[in-house]
Amino acid sequence: MIGVGKAKQYANVLDKPLSRGRQEVSLSAFAFLFSEMVQYNQTQVDNIAELERRLEDAGYAVGARVLELLCHREKGNKREIRLLHILGFIHSTVWKVLFGKGADSLEKGTEHEDEYMISEKELLVNRFISIPKDMGAFNCGAFVAGIVRGVLENAGFPAVVTAHFVPIEGQQRPRTTILIKFAEEVLQREARLG
Amino acid sequence: MASAAIYSLFIINKSGGLIYYKDYGSAGRTDTNDSLRLASLWHSMHAISQQLSPTPGCAGIDLLQADNFDLHCFQSLTGTKFFAVCETGAQNIEVLLKVIYELYTDFVLKNPFYEMEMPIRCELFDLNLAQVIQKDRVALLGR
Repeated sequence: MIGVGKAKQYANVLDKPLSRGRQEVSLSAFAFLFSEMVQYNQTQVDNIAELERRLEDAGYAVGARVLELLCHREKGNKREIRLLHILGFIHSTVWKVLFGKGADSLEKGTEHEDEYMISEKELLVNRFISIPKDMGAFNCGAFVAGIVRGVLENAGFPAVVTAHFVPIEGQQRPRTTILIKFAEEVLQREARLG
Repeated sequence: MASAAIYSLFIINKSGGLIYYKDYGSAGRTDTNDSLRLASLWHSMHAISQQLSPTPGCAGIDLLQADNFDLHCFQSLTGTKFFAVCETGAQNIEVLLKVIYELYTDFVLKNPFYEMEMPIRCELFDLNLAQVIQKDRVALLGR
């Protein structure tokens, strides 16, 4: 910060500490940028599945970078090797840095061993978006699913991640669930680690 | 907030086309063709009033008072007009229109599936608008 203490001059730009930067970004600015990104991708594709895939790919790039940054900045370069720890990391740290607060809940799937779910009442990216009826089950939360996939895959936990709307009775707006399905090798490794 | 009931709400785009119409109660109800006609009529009157004004720098009609109703109009900087037909003597409708303008910028303009100048079909806009009007009603009845 300007004027506080004596600014240390670094010979090499790589030695400068990574600043925390501004913690907050205008929500409106992000909402408009995200809206433009969705609109741009819509012009490039023919169908909804393709649009979802593109949003997910965009999120994947974000996830990969966020993992690197947060490992360095928040956790002192510690690498998670256990499943529950990496999920906890995503559910609290990653969500807090990206969306300002932790995710609402993290659950283990009851039907399958390899499924976990992160739920939110309403994803930040979806706050101003109303999906038209003719787009069916499309969810712009695919972007967030991509972010989660990016973090998991680059941390060594390959998974298939999707975003779904889950209607809740008594409420007009459905909840959003990010469904994470881990690859076989992850579960085997977990079992080996005990 | 507003202390009297509003009968109907219209939103018209820069070219005078109706993009949103909602009526509250049977007093304000008009059928589709009538509402379209009313919207373009109001758009023209608003434009004409800017020319007719004896003092320079007139921004158009803000309020039209008749025997049975008041019509409050709010024009944004881009030419989108929000107007509400309400009871005579309704208070704070301008504030209500500004709140609706804010809802428009949030839930319509930030929606990637909304095409500019087209009719508004955004679920979140409808939901939040209903909540704002409802809160208004409750405040009115509570007095």
